[in-house]
This record gives sequence, structure tokens and C-alpha cells, in this order.
Amino acid sequence: MSPQAANRRLVRRLVVGCVLMFGFGFAMVPLYDVFCEVTGLNGKITNTGPVAASEADTSRQIRVRLIAVHNEEMPWQFGPQQNLILTHPGEMKQTAFMATNPTGRRMVAQAIPSVAPAEAARYLHKVNCFCFEQQVLQSGESVEMPLLFVVDKNLPEHIRSLTLSYTLFDISPEVSSTEQVEKEQSL
Amino acid sequence: MSTLDTTLETHSDEHHGPARGLGRWLFTTNHKDIGSMYLWFSLLMFLVGGSMALMIRAELFQPGLQLVEPGFFNQMTTMHGLIMVFGAVMPAFVGLANWMVPMMIGAPDMALPRMNNWSFWILPFAFAMLISTLFMAGGAPNFGWTFYAPLSTTYAPPSVTYFIFAIHMMGISSIMGAINIIATILNMRAPGMTMMKLPLFCWTWLITAFLLIAVMPVLAGVVTMMLMDIHFGTSFFDAGGGGDPVLFQHVFWFFGHPEVYIMILPAFGIISQIIPAFARKRLFGYASMVYATASIAILSFLVWAHHMFTVGIPLAGELFFMYATMLIAVPTGVKVFNWVATMFRGSMSFETPMLFALAFVVLFTIGGFSGLMLAIAPVDFQYHDTYFVVAHFHYVLVPGAVFAIMAGVYYWLPKWTGHMLDERMGRLHFWLSFIGVNITFFPMHFIGLAGMPRRIPDYALQFADFNMVASVGAFLFGLSQLIFVWNVIACVRGGRKAEARAWEGAEGLEWEVPSPAPYHTFAEPPKLPKSLR
Repeated sequence: MSPQAANRRLVRRLVVGCVLMFGFGFAMVPLYDVFCEVTGLNGKITNTGPVAASEADTSRQIRVRLIAVHNEEMPWQFGPQQNLILTHPGEMKQTAFMATNPTGRRMVAQAIPSVAPAEAARYLHKVNCFCFEQQVLQSGESVEMPLLFVVDKNLPEHIRSLTLSYTLFDISPEVSSTEQVEKEQSL
Repeated sequence: MSTLDTTLETHSDEHHGPARGLGRWLFTTNHKDIGSMYLWFSLLMFLVGGSMALMIRAELFQPGLQLVEPGFFNQMTTMHGLIMVFGAVMPAFVGLANWMVPMMIGAPDMALPRMNNWSFWILPFAFAMLISTLFMAGGAPNFGWTFYAPLSTTYAPPSVTYFIFAIHMMGISSIMGAINIIATILNMRAPGMTMMKLPLFCWTWLITAFLLIAVMPVLAGVVTMMLMDIHFGTSFFDAGGGGDPVLFQHVFWFFGHPEVYIMILPAFGIISQIIPAFARKRLFGYASMVYATASIAILSFLVWAHHMFTVGIPLAGELFFMYATMLIAVPTGVKVFNWVATMFRGSMSFETPMLFALAFVVLFTIGGFSGLMLAIAPVDFQYHDTYFVVAHFHYVLVPGAVFAIMAGVYYWLPKWTGHMLDERMGRLHFWLSFIGVNITFFPMHFIGLAGMPRRIPDYALQFADFNMVASVGAFLFGLSQLIFVWNVIACVRGGRKAEARAWEGAEGLEWEVPSPAPYHTFAEPPKLPKSLR
């Protein structure tokens, strides 16, 4: 093989390697999500949807602390109805978060849940949660956002309290720009 | 693929000297010209980045805010890191590779000479773009050289887009340089030079080039995600849209950890060339050096999360990354012991390159040990983001990578210029640098352990004395680099004639050609000297 041909073949392989590694960088995004989902890392696990009703295990009491966090650019008033809920594993509890839009414009918000300790994330089932949907509030409007959850009976013995925190993000600009794009596309 | 066909052309004009005027430098495909340009560029960036470091140290001379605004201080720490990593250390190694790899393996030039020209000429534009952000409204990037999201996305100054494109360009340049070096080493060795006879500088660079090809695209990927988050409404790193800022750190450090080995493996190679030359003995444990380098490179992909022990990794993860990190000490230890064993019972002499190489071995090992301390996950919670970390990585990068580059420059200068350097000035430069670097960075261990956070322009009063010492050392170290500049320029302009084998104990093909090396070397593949047969 001539040196030129050898170089060409080698360069082609190395360039393919580069392109694959560029792709791998992006593949880390879904891989990371799957990894977090499987391990319950970052308290990111979703655990949503209906849960089969079961007997409550009244021998254990679990303290569930509810926390509301504002993303600092978010002007809404946002907070839990109760800061602390006492529950038993297997018991269905309902509570709500209150949100008010004090600004003069229509806004869209999205709440992102997080559970601490991360180990407990997979044992907190959210049957119904406002975090599933984007919340629209007109200027000055208030809404009560319901949350229905069950703590799994398999929760490890050493966990006696857990914290469920919601961070509220203002996603109005993103939504409106995608809406605009959709409108333009439909034209 | 027209770039590939030029090897033939360089053959055909081998009897001509270099072209005249500016065109020589703009259009050159000669590995020696391009190597020199890389090295001069790197020296310029070293001085620019160094001035920024001195600005940081001047502000930290005393507690309180006296010289610069905190915002500008953040821009200085960021730009200092970026310029030193991507502008000074990496191009210097590529420049040394350009000059030395073809001469060490008996090749007439790099495998892809036109691409070589291109990969150099991207760099001045990339850094012009990066440095121009200092003069923009909102200022230069101020989020640290690690540019963690959301600091670098949601809260970034508008100039971040220039930063992103500058990183893209540097990445393309590094990748092209790496492809070139791999193709040269794998395809253009002189007959009889098998892989296990390659000079160690070529081996370490070959492995480094594979690291570059593996991780520079990941860096390009992560800045592309930032670009999309900032301008195209995606949410890779924005929790509000379902993304995750911690993901940024994972992707960044998947690039970042191999990157730190990219900055040290060629240094290992340089030191492995210099120590045998001045100990007048063959390198001890050649094969184990090669395998150790390869193991370090492979392990570097498995340890990235030790930079993020405090973000909330599960216990199993902390343990895995802690032990994997500590494992790297084994091949690194093999290298250090081999260097020491090479010197053992050698007839050593202590010319300037050897002094820098010896300082490298000692001070890099100190940096390695503080790295081991940082690798211990439970104590890292105390050390994280303190000056202890700053002390650690400056010990491995300044008396590590930078001293190795200087050792290499002093070692090969006679080959490049045809003149021996002024030993007295070389030693003066060495001793001032050696003292300066230790006065600067050693106290940082203590203020770090005592809890001083990095990247903050002000500090509590109890840190005042050590900071003052560090600042004095920084100015001593910084100003003594002017002696280096003087030495290099003086050596280019004149001095005692260098022989082909400029150093008595030096072995290798590069010492078989006259000094200064003619514009074209090894147009005919050489016969290997006895030491390599």
C-alpha cells in the first residue's frame, strides 16, 4: 500500500472516531437520564401514575416535609399548604401547593420535583401531581395545585423522614417561542 | 483529500530553502516552521496568561478589594485558566511534536503537511476571538475555566457565544494536530524502527493524540449543548425544562480528566528523553514506561467524577471513583521510580535541561501526592474548591507541564538554532523559577486546608500572610520568565556553535542530523544508529 493510501485510510478512521465521540457526548444526555432513573440518583426518579391501594403500615410513621423553591427569576408566590405531613407507609395522602401570579402578564410555570435523601426517591409515588403539567396563570390569578402521594411500604427502615421539594421555573418565554414556531409552521 | 498528496510535493522541492517574507510563515507546510510558530505562539500566550495570573495575585496581595472589581477578577481567573490550558500548554506540546517527532522517527515531514499549516493558523484566530471578549460590553467569560452551567448559560455574559466558538476552533485545531501526529508515527517511521524502539516522547505523544481524538469532540459537544441552551431554547442543563446542571459536570469532566493527562503525558515523554541523556544511561524500564503511559490513558476515562464528589453521588459511586483514582498512582509511580532508577549510578551532569527535568520529577511528585489526598472522597468534602485544589493542579501543571516544556526547549534549542545556550543564564532562570514557583504555590496548600475558597477576590484576615508570600513568589516566578524569553532570543541570534550531538549523552535520530537541523531532513529514510538497532 502506498503511503498516501495508508494515510488516507488512517485519517478516515480517525475522523470517524471523532464523529462518533461527538455523538457520544450527546448520547450522554439520555444515558444520564436512564442511569438516574434506574438508580434513583439526584432524587430525579419520576414514580408517577396510579398505585394499587394497600393497607397502611401503621407501625411506622414517616415525616414528609414539603418545600417550595423559587427559581430566582420567578416572581410567583408559591408554597405548600402544609409544611409537614405525618403519614404511614402505604397510606394515600393529599395536599396541595398554592401559587399566585402577581405580575401583570400571563405566565407559564413548570415545577420540578426532587426528593431527599436520594435513596428514598424511588419509594415516594406521586399518584397525581401538578408537576406533570405546565401551569398557566393569568395576571393576578391564583390556583391550588393538588398533590396525591403514597410512601412505599418497602421504604428502608432507617429512613424516618423525607423531603419533597419543588422548584418552580418560569417557562413562559420558551413556551411562547415554541408556540410561535408551531404557528409559523402551520401557516 | 488534497492535503494528503503534499508529502510528494515536499519531496520534490527539497533542495530549496524556505520561501522569503511573510508568505513563508503563512503558507508553509514545513514541520520545523510550523513547530516554531506553535512554540512562539505558545510563549506569547504564556506571557498573556501569566500577566493575568499576576493581576490575580496582585489583588490577593492584601485582604480587601484594592485593585480590580470582583467581576473583573472573575474574568481574570477564567481567562487565565483557558489561555494557559488551551493556549500555552497544549500548543507548546504540539509545537515540540511538530519539530521533534519527524526527526526522531526519521520521517521527512509530518504525514499531512497542509493540514498541519491549517491546524496552526486556526489558533491565532481562536485566541483573538477569545481575548477580544475582554473589550466587549458585559465583559469576558467570568464563570471559571470549567464553565459550569448554569453560570455559563443562564447567567453568562453575552460574550459567551464568542467563547463557545473559540473553544470549537481550538478543538478542531487540536483534533487535526492529533490526527497528524498519529498518522506520522504510525505510517512514517524509518525502516527498522519498530513500535517498541520509538523514542518515549513519540510514544507518549501517540497516546496523547488518541486521548485528544477521544475527548476533544466531547468538549465540542458540551459547548454545542450550551450554545443550544443559550440561543435555541433547548434545556440540556436547565432544570426548568427537564434538563440537569449536574449533567454538564459529567460531560465536562468526561472531557476534563483525560484533558489533564493530555497536558502531562507529553511532559513525561520529554523527561524520559532528557534524564537518560544527562545520566548517560539508557532509560530504565522502557517497556514498563510505555505500558504505564497506556494504563494512565485508559484509567483517565474512568475517574472523572472525582472532580464532583460533592454534588451528591451515591456512596458506591464515590467509592468506585475514589479507588479508580488511587489506582492511577500505580502507573505514575512506575514512571517516577523508572526515572530515579535511570539516574541511579549514572554519570550525571547538571546542565539547564537536566535541572528542569529533576525539578519536574520532584515537584510533579508533590503534586501527585496532593492529588492522592484529594482523591480520598470523605476528605475531599473539606478540600473541594479550596486553595488546596489550586495548589495541587498548579504543582502538576507549572513545575510539571511547564517545566517539562522548558526542559524540552532548552534541550532541543541547540538542534533548532545551531547555538548552545548561555548556561549561566539558563541556570539563573532555573533557580529563580524553582524558588519562585515553590514560594507561590506551597503556601496555597496551607491556606487551602485552612479553608480559603478559590476564585474569590477577597479573603478572611487569617489568610493574609500566606497570601502575601504567594503573591511575592508569583511576581518572582513571573518576572523570571523574562530571562527565559531573553535566553531563547539570545540563543536564536548567536552563541557557541552546537555540534550535531549537542549534549554528550544524547541518543536518538534527531542528534544524527547537523545543528541547526537543515530545512529538510531525512528525505531519504536514515539507517538507524547503533543505539537504536
